[in-house]
Amino acid sequence: MQITLKILRRESPDTSPYWQSIPFQTEDENATVATALTNINSGNGLTDTEGNAVRLPIQWECSCLQKKCGACAMVVNGCPVLACNAQLKQFGKSSTITVEPLRKFPVVSDLVTDRSIIFENLKTLRLWFAQQAQTDGDIAYESSRCLQCGCCLEVCPNFYAGGEFFGMAGFVPISRILTALPESQKQELCQAYRKRLYEGCGKSLACRNVCPAGIDIDKLLINSNAVAVWKRFFRKR
Amino acid sequence: MQSVNIIGAGLAGLSTAITLAEQNVSCRLISLQPSERAQSVLAEGGINASLNTMGEEDTTEYHFQDTMKGGVYLADPNAVDALTKGAPQILQWLEGLGVPFHKKNGVIMLRNFGGQKKKRTAYAKSSTGKILMTALIDEARKFESAGLIRRFPHHEFLRLLMNEGICAGVRVRDRYTGQIWDFSGKVLLCSGGMNGIFPHMTTGTTQNSGDVTATVFSQGALLGNLEMLQYHPTTIGISGKRCLVTEAARGEGGRLYIMRDNQKWYFMEEKYPELGNLMPRDVVAREMYFVRRKYGGSVYLDMTGLSKETWEQKLSDLRDEIIQYLAIDPKTEPIPVKEGIHYFMGGIDTDEFHCTNIPNLYASGECTCQYHGANRLGGNSMLGALFGGRKSAQTILQDVQDVSSDFPTESLVRENEPYTEEASPILIESISQILLEGLGIVRNAEQLTQSLKKLKSLSQERSYNLREQNRLKLAEAMLLSALERRESRGAHYREDFPEKDESFRKVTIACRKEEQISITFRNLPERRSSCKSP
Repeated sequence: MQITLKILRRESPDTSPYWQSIPFQTEDENATVATALTNINSGNGLTDTEGNAVRLPIQWECSCLQKKCGACAMVVNGCPVLACNAQLKQFGKSSTITVEPLRKFPVVSDLVTDRSIIFENLKTLRLWFAQQAQTDGDIAYESSRCLQCGCCLEVCPNFYAGGEFFGMAGFVPISRILTALPESQKQELCQAYRKRLYEGCGKSLACRNVCPAGIDIDKLLINSNAVAVWKRFFRKR
Repeated sequence: MQSVNIIGAGLAGLSTAITLAEQNVSCRLISLQPSERAQSVLAEGGINASLNTMGEEDTTEYHFQDTMKGGVYLADPNAVDALTKGAPQILQWLEGLGVPFHKKNGVIMLRNFGGQKKKRTAYAKSSTGKILMTALIDEARKFESAGLIRRFPHHEFLRLLMNEGICAGVRVRDRYTGQIWDFSGKVLLCSGGMNGIFPHMTTGTTQNSGDVTATVFSQGALLGNLEMLQYHPTTIGISGKRCLVTEAARGEGGRLYIMRDNQKWYFMEEKYPELGNLMPRDVVAREMYFVRRKYGGSVYLDMTGLSKETWEQKLSDLRDEIIQYLAIDPKTEPIPVKEGIHYFMGGIDTDEFHCTNIPNLYASGECTCQYHGANRLGGNSMLGALFGGRKSAQTILQDVQDVSSDFPTESLVRENEPYTEEASPILIESISQILLEGLGIVRNAEQLTQSLKKLKSLSQERSYNLREQNRLKLAEAMLLSALERRESRGAHYREDFPEKDESFRKVTIACRKEEQISITFRNLPERRSSCKSP
């Protein structure tokens, strides 16, 4: 397989981004974008398709390499994916694949973005149990699987870093806590749910199609909406 | 006023940080990446505790005996005693944090795991590590918000700050800005196994590079049982790494076979009628190696006999994973499996209280070596990380003179500090190849000596940066440890010394002074009589 990775590169936030096309050849038919980046970074004296030297390493973040940690989220051919889950063969045997950093977060270097806003938002939501709790098995399990990779936020038309709306990366983890809190402790979190999640969601549900963990978003939304929105509505009536 | 600096934000680091914060003591949680990216999220099959919910009359003493026997009596018996007695409380704690363990009528269900006769492993399908981590991350967030845990989530450990033989703090580098910081206070290492030494061959993350261990080794920390590498019997090759097929697959009824005379031979069941496919991992991996050497071809894991209910309720995630990576549905077809490097029983040497030989330096989790001896039982790793985290926090609390919920005047920024780049990928690959030749499932003096020669010649090939030199020295210590242990025990099998030798029931200690590495053996303590069951 002979492909070209067209990578949007940037040395630091203070420098201008530029595209660099780097040829990559492999016999591994299961090779992914992560494999390609690892192999390119292992090379020496590499030149791009125009004969210019390639500045190495190409900065990117990775950890588990089997789509369980969310570290390597990036935009490949326009779609947010985990690099370790983006098999090259799906793009054709001799093609050019564009690779860019996630666009909703500040770029640190090359494909590394600073996604700390995701974690800050969870703090703002006050996502924790104040006291011991027993969770609902199915909902808690599904909710706990969120990778906090940011792919869902990348395609969300309503999310931007620093905005009021926290997106699916907030919707998913909140359901573990929300469904388990006793009635007397729910009020504050329900309020946060409505303000930071429910009210800002335009219901495009683009996030549903890109979640690398394949989380059953519908199930969690239905449940959390019932707890935080509809019960309140019915109570008022 | 002192603060605590924790290196690593996986299960062990989180467990320590939360335990300190519960006591109103502040800490810095320093990690290369956020907790969500830690290797702990990869743990699959479950966590052991003798909850005795399955009507099998399990006790903490049985758990103790199995752990000691599984580790071929090379673990610290007092540490294991505390671990196994503390396990039910750890489970209770996790349940209170809202971990959705698999339950029936409100009671935690347990599954069979290797090397244990009783059902003792609590689980959340086969994603237990990820599910536990979410609960711990949420709990830590509570204390972050209260200002007791301060996260440094894109910071790498550079080295310990030493003051006349005492650890005085840690130097770290912000990978996003390049700034270098000194943090004063006690240091707890929770930096994980040394998986990054074996890229492509490990089920873990290469982000656990072993660099922390290599660096503290160069600064005088003793390392123990470095020869004890765990090869997990059932892994599959995926692009760039080995992917684990959880032991729960066998715990729920999966069977290993190889083709012999055109017939399926379930060799584990025939050779070990009592535990069969659930013998400890070192035994299974070795048998797989031997049958493959004799009969050729692959060893297969046959899960076709598992019930529909098991697949749906207990292993649905595993099935999805295998279908994705192998394009085989394990429900209808056996899958080829092979051993892969999975866990490091050896590491930074500590006592049962998690103290290293350097005052003010502690270690817990996979980077240490006290709980698992010569072979770790499945289900004991997450327990070791969580219990060890809590235990080390208790030790630190006792040692802290002026406990504080405030942070001391924050660290000094060091501008223009020279920074050593990461080891070159080519060197990492070369070291890995040399180690794999010497430290395979079956070893002998000739191979080990050969590997040491190759490593020496690699060391002299060119000049290396500090990190590279440290990595080469760590590799040398691993080979020397294996060479000096002239017996077979657990994961360390020597063809030239195939028997266990009681005179070697000691911890292999590697010590580095400048360029010299010495290997000695440390006696293990006896189990205190107060620890024994009546």
